[in-house]
Amino acid sequence: MDFQVVVLAGGVSKKLLPLVSKELPNALLPVANRPVLSYVVELLELSNLKDLIVVVEGKDVALNVGAWISGAYADRLHVEVASVPEDVGTAGAIRAIAHHLTAKDILIVSGDLVSDVPVGAVAATHRRHDAVVTALLCNAPISGPLESVSSGGKDKTKKPGRYDLIGLDPTKQFLLHIATGAEVEKDLRIQKSILRAVGQIEIRADLMDAHLYAFKRSVLLEVLDQKSAFQSLKHDVLPYLVRSQLKSEVLLNGTPQAEENGTEKVNSQSNQQMISQILANASEPTFHLRHTLGTIGSDSVRRAHKCCVYISGSSKYCARLNSIQAYNDINRDVIGEASHLSGYSFSAHNNIIHPTAELGAKTTVGPHCMLGEGSQMGDKCSVKRSVIGRHCRIGANVKVVNSVVMNHVTIGDFCSIQGSVICSNVQLQERAILKDCQVGAGFVVTSGSEQKGEVLAKK
Amino acid sequence: MKFWRRTEKKHETVKEVSPDTPSVSQPLKAKTTKAERRALQEAQRAAKAASKGYTNGNSAVAESGKASPAKSKKQSSQKKDGPPVTSSVTIYKKSGNHPLEKERKKDPPPQRMQFDDQNRVEKAKRRALVNQTEARNRVEIFRHLPQYEHGNQLPNLESRLFQLDSMHPAVFKVGLRYIAGDISGVNARCTEMLRALQDAIIDYSTPPEKVLIRDLTAKINSYVSFISECRPLSISMGNAIRFVKSRIAKLPLSYTDTEAKTALCSDIDRFINEKIIIADKVIVGHAITKIRDGDVLLTYGLSCVVEMILLSAHDLGKKFRVVVVDSRPKFESQALLARLIAKGLSCMYTHINAVSYIMHEVTRVFLGASAVMSNGTVLSKIGTACIAMVAHEFRVPVLICCEAFKFHERVLLDSICCNELGDPDAVATVPGRMDINYLDNWTNKENLQLLNLMYDVTPSDYISVIVTDHGMIPPTSVPVIVREYGQEHYIT
Repeated sequence: MDFQVVVLAGGVSKKLLPLVSKELPNALLPVANRPVLSYVVELLELSNLKDLIVVVEGKDVALNVGAWISGAYADRLHVEVASVPEDVGTAGAIRAIAHHLTAKDILIVSGDLVSDVPVGAVAATHRRHDAVVTALLCNAPISGPLESVSSGGKDKTKKPGRYDLIGLDPTKQFLLHIATGAEVEKDLRIQKSILRAVGQIEIRADLMDAHLYAFKRSVLLEVLDQKSAFQSLKHDVLPYLVRSQLKSEVLLNGTPQAEENGTEKVNSQSNQQMISQILANASEPTFHLRHTLGTIGSDSVRRAHKCCVYISGSSKYCARLNSIQAYNDINRDVIGEASHLSGYSFSAHNNIIHPTAELGAKTTVGPHCMLGEGSQMGDKCSVKRSVIGRHCRIGANVKVVNSVVMNHVTIGDFCSIQGSVICSNVQLQERAILKDCQVGAGFVVTSGSEQKGEVLAKK
Repeated sequence: MKFWRRTEKKHETVKEVSPDTPSVSQPLKAKTTKAERRALQEAQRAAKAASKGYTNGNSAVAESGKASPAKSKKQSSQKKDGPPVTSSVTIYKKSGNHPLEKERKKDPPPQRMQFDDQNRVEKAKRRALVNQTEARNRVEIFRHLPQYEHGNQLPNLESRLFQLDSMHPAVFKVGLRYIAGDISGVNARCTEMLRALQDAIIDYSTPPEKVLIRDLTAKINSYVSFISECRPLSISMGNAIRFVKSRIAKLPLSYTDTEAKTALCSDIDRFINEKIIIADKVIVGHAITKIRDGDVLLTYGLSCVVEMILLSAHDLGKKFRVVVVDSRPKFESQALLARLIAKGLSCMYTHINAVSYIMHEVTRVFLGASAVMSNGTVLSKIGTACIAMVAHEFRVPVLICCEAFKFHERVLLDSICCNELGDPDAVATVPGRMDINYLDNWTNKENLQLLNLMYDVTPSDYISVIVTDHGMIPPTSVPVIVREYGQEHYIT
């Protein structure tokens, strides 16, 4: 279908420290015991897109990711892993792999997207309107209520920095304005020409940009060439295209129109004009068309390009893993409401317990939990709404509530873990109490320590 | 054969014996007449066998001739051609006595898919690329037309963009735009479809073991059936597709791939150019002569040719007024109205329910057409027949402006056989008026059926003249044009 897919898997993000490290990059962070990149890859595979380009930052990250992908998807998909230097931003990443891109349209997916939105629908909307860029918008997730009090005094006001301000036209098909909520200080600036052309803008704060875009390749590469200062697709390229949609400076057809000489060429041009007139008159006039054919007596030739949106239905799940809060939420959702995403089948108690996992006597595992392969739990433990990874050794009388425990973790007796994330190879000694903490890989929590809202990592 | 023998017997008995019972006369003439009769019978039988052998040979040739186009059209019209092939063969057998007439006789046009036959509908559904759920509460008399739930079509098709690998992206885009209702009007739909087919042909490459002609025809059939699933093809689009297929069939076998593709693309370009663009210019030239100063012209619906006529006449400096008539649910004429006003014409706008009150001041009626049939009837947007009838009553001449490629050899007597059903929800709701929600749950009411017809048929009595690129002809001359010009362009 003339689409090429690029997955931007990032590198080692600072926002997710200490969960991520050189050995465990962003893309391989486990959500419900599966690397988060696997959700994107499965989604693309469902849509029959078998040729992917995965872009990561940093060479060793590339090695890790490449190794995992070839292990898991060798025969089913054809994946090319490309590495770009760190800190070039998403725009820089696309610039680096520009020579690989040959298809007419490019689908750019963020590697930390966990979703079941049909990718084909975004691409179809893009094709139907012949748009320059199409963005996927989904309902912004309401940060789930934590069962415990939210992490201490750090931020009492829960700043929902994850929302965007989106301006749509009345038919909800075209994107008129986009700004990240966090950037907006006091005012919102909207192009007057756009407002005049459309007549009515609907500004919404409940939609979130899911970082899944369909770009027209020629336009994207041209913009990246001309504006070398652009670093990020979401923050620079997209708003630029949206702002300039009625004063288009990009060449829509790739090659500039040469000067026509001679009567035959004039004839063919007038024929072309007639054809485009017929087609334009017959179709539903969009405001772009009305604008370009607009005022009588205007000298300048105005061209317009279209920026479309696809709003996913409320039944679809869509979330991005860009903060630790999001990590907790997504883990909870994937086992809870959006359990069809995880791909596992649930047992009668509404939880997933691997057959090789061992439970001690009187140990309860509540609903919406997950127990990985080879994990052992001692007696009288209780696990509620948590994910426990592979080969963990959990002692007796341990309470794990609302947490994520990764692989090869040793937890001593009488520990209590609430709302925390514990990375691999961590050792918790006896009677450790953790609440809303993040423990980095390989850390040892000393016996009897009580931590609240801390980030514990090896220095 | 039996008929002949009986007449022969009767003739003989009349000649030789009194008109008594023939059985009595036979023993009188006994041997000679019996032998004579025997000999006569044998001679007749031999003659019959000879002539039958000739006709059998002919019918065999004609059958094979019919079978190969039937085979090549298999994919798209399997559902249509199945019964008619057998019926046409039986026609040949019956008319075996008149070989000349049989060669000249045309086959009945392939039957369109009738959607009230459950078996055929099931079969078609299994083969279909677009998943459509049938609508409920269908009007009985229109059960032979397809009607689907309009809400689900577009999302269903969209989410399957990447699954439909066999479909060329340009063709898929056209299908999407049809379902979404982005394009309306025969000229635009035809142009878009031909352009998409052109793109598909440019990207086509013959697979190793296959012949270009047959494989490309099969591919085009599959594209066309996809497009017609999205929205049923109009009759004139069928003409365009027949043209493309006949050009493919006429390609000399010696052509390489690239030569064949360039030839086809230039043919399609030529078709669009000659039959649509230049035809429109010629029509405008003819029709302008019919507009005088001081005229009041009435038009209905959104026809691009009529719009061009009005704008060119205005550019030439003629002074006239325009009455633009519109109707629910689409209100298509408003776009036309906006464009006319922008150019400075003085217009009046009204709805079709007031047509009989303004017709007394109208001097000419210009209407567009979707297709014109052989008996002079015009298939056009619903409401056109009404306008033509009112105009006829008020003795206002009605001019139909349509290009020659919309002429078809079919004959239509009513609007029921061949029509299209639109979205019933469009009739149930009024855009912009949320308070008119009395029909909100109409699907649940069993004794309520909504009907949204798209086309209607105007009889030839109400039409004064048809302006085409071949000139201005009366409706009765349509079969002449179809016969003379149809052969050279569409039918091999």
